[in-house]
Amino acid sequence: MVESPNDPVVAIFGASSGMAFSVARIYAQKHARLFLIARDKQKLNDIERDLKARGASEVQSLVADLGSAFGARAATELLRQRTTHVDVVIIASGILGDTEQLLSDPKACEDLFNVNVQAPIAISNSILPLLLQQKSGVLAIFSSVAGDRGRASNFVYGASKAALTAYASGLRARLSESGVQVLTIKPGIVATAMTAHLPRGPLTANPEAVAKRIVQAIEKRKDTLYAPGFWRWVMAVITHLPEFIFKRLRF
Amino acid sequence: MKPTQSWGGMKGRESRQEPVYWKQDLHAALLRDTQFLCYGQGRSYGDSCLPSGGTALLMSPLNKLQNFDAQTGLIKAEAGLSFEALLDFIVPHGWFVPVTPGTKYVTLGGAIANDIHGKNHHKRGTIGCHVQELEVLRSNGETITCSPTREAEFFAATVGGLGLTGVITVCTLQLIPIASAFMDAETIKTTGLDDFFTLEDESARDWEYSMSWIDCMAHGKKRGRGIFFRGNHAKNGDPAAEFTEQAKWKVAVPFQAPSWILNRWSIRAFNELYYQQQQTRVKKGRMPLDPFFYPLDKILHWNRMYGQHGLLQYQFVLDSKRQQELTEIFDIIAQSGMGSFLAVLKKFGDIRSPGMLSFPRDGYTLTLDFQNQGPRSEALFKKLDAIVLRAGGRLYPAKDAMMSPELFQSGYPLWREFSRFVDPKFTSQFWQRVSRG
Repeated sequence: MVESPNDPVVAIFGASSGMAFSVARIYAQKHARLFLIARDKQKLNDIERDLKARGASEVQSLVADLGSAFGARAATELLRQRTTHVDVVIIASGILGDTEQLLSDPKACEDLFNVNVQAPIAISNSILPLLLQQKSGVLAIFSSVAGDRGRASNFVYGASKAALTAYASGLRARLSESGVQVLTIKPGIVATAMTAHLPRGPLTANPEAVAKRIVQAIEKRKDTLYAPGFWRWVMAVITHLPEFIFKRLRF
Repeated sequence: MKPTQSWGGMKGRESRQEPVYWKQDLHAALLRDTQFLCYGQGRSYGDSCLPSGGTALLMSPLNKLQNFDAQTGLIKAEAGLSFEALLDFIVPHGWFVPVTPGTKYVTLGGAIANDIHGKNHHKRGTIGCHVQELEVLRSNGETITCSPTREAEFFAATVGGLGLTGVITVCTLQLIPIASAFMDAETIKTTGLDDFFTLEDESARDWEYSMSWIDCMAHGKKRGRGIFFRGNHAKNGDPAAEFTEQAKWKVAVPFQAPSWILNRWSIRAFNELYYQQQQTRVKKGRMPLDPFFYPLDKILHWNRMYGQHGLLQYQFVLDSKRQQELTEIFDIIAQSGMGSFLAVLKKFGDIRSPGMLSFPRDGYTLTLDFQNQGPRSEALFKKLDAIVLRAGGRLYPAKDAMMSPELFQSGYPLWREFSRFVDPKFTSQFWQRVSRG
């Protein structure tokens, strides 16, 4: 594959997550130059081979620990050493956690906020100067519908995603004149490794369909994406339920 | 823990369902439990895809490509990759799978483990004939890389080996080039089995794909009448553009069956209509890939229309000299009144299948769908079994739910040799049933 200067440059943090990988596959078919950042070298190798076979004009894997703000900053630094330009930055690293354990184990709770909040914010903050200097690019941040309102079953995870949603929305407002776009991605339940232990119901989406919508939203420079789309309406209802009713809904 | 289910609606024993996302995760899983079976898209009809307790390794998420050469058409991919995803990727590059079953919802690993055949058996043999290399992970942690020339016996056991020799993790497959995403197709209304026999022989040279739908409720003079299909990949075109266009089309479903009433009258009426809808003897046309190869895929879960007891499929192969027995079978089915919507007849060519337990071999193969009616179905199958056994034929494990150990062992004389290669931690309900005695 011969690289062309028009091939989009896409950096993906948390590249081994199911949704991020599906997004990467779409960009590979568009002959993108891909920078993949994740912890597990073996997984990165597997992903890299797939994306190259699909037509990515370049794939570079960066092994990094996205489990803390420090690790995240180091990872971003690594990326900046490899490329001077980036069109799309996707921040997809995150963990779901088990609510019972999170309530009783302070370390687990701290880890979850490190991975889901501190690290993404650190990545975003440290890639920002490059984006501002370019006056272009899209920063796509994976939040979740779970961040729209705390649910009895996964509210610690939801709280971490709410933080990310608020961060992304503030950043978007701040960058509104800069040429840099911030996209908040709010997936529902998607059939990936993260949710493998949960039952698959009619609301479960497949990652390929979600990935298509994500790439469209990036190309159309959207602000917020619910994926699949019906979640926008589901969450509109849920966020407007009065608290005295909502607290009795143990869903 | 929950039961795994087959396409025919058969429920297996309870097993732990474990999706496999990464090849390296398999090692830990195989150490942990004592009994396994891989489960792809669950398109096998009977119990050959059902684990007998233990862990069902759900292979579909393991679907990454490892290499693709657009010049030579050689593709290397993880075994959970579905034909659907594979075609979406290769057709725009001008390639097609060398052999495909009637559904694209199968995995590469599943296709190889059943050594599937297609409408082009007379030209290309089974899928196993096009497999260049396989990686198989055994429960002792060993990875065996095998091919027709390397670990050849193990390769012969694994191709068509019903997933019993270990986990097929990576497959290398030689694709066939296509110049268009369209098919040049012909359908011919036939008057009986002799007409079919003649057409099959006459088409074998110039047509890549051929098979026939038979009205199995017709008897007397009409016996064996049907519609003969044949097709070739169109010679000129632009596969990428055509395929993108095709994806947008809603394709009309050629089989519309009522979901609530399946009896001898409704099936006879359906078969009559389906047969009579074609006015002329020969119809020619240009068809997109999907309706030509996968007409039933448009109705997701069409298996459900067979009701809560599900469906039983019966597919056998008989030597081409056994036309007499074939006729006998059609008579028994017509008399039973339990005929099916889908009766497909095809002549296999003489290309040798590479697997010890591969189903296809030179001769006629007939596929029938029946609503599962318990003892009534069993009685019918017993009658059919007797003829197949007498004629030295065999049944297709991927479609079978009740063949006897005797019929299996006579149909697959290499089964004992095969059993030496079975991984000690791998078994299926099918294998436990037929390997007794």
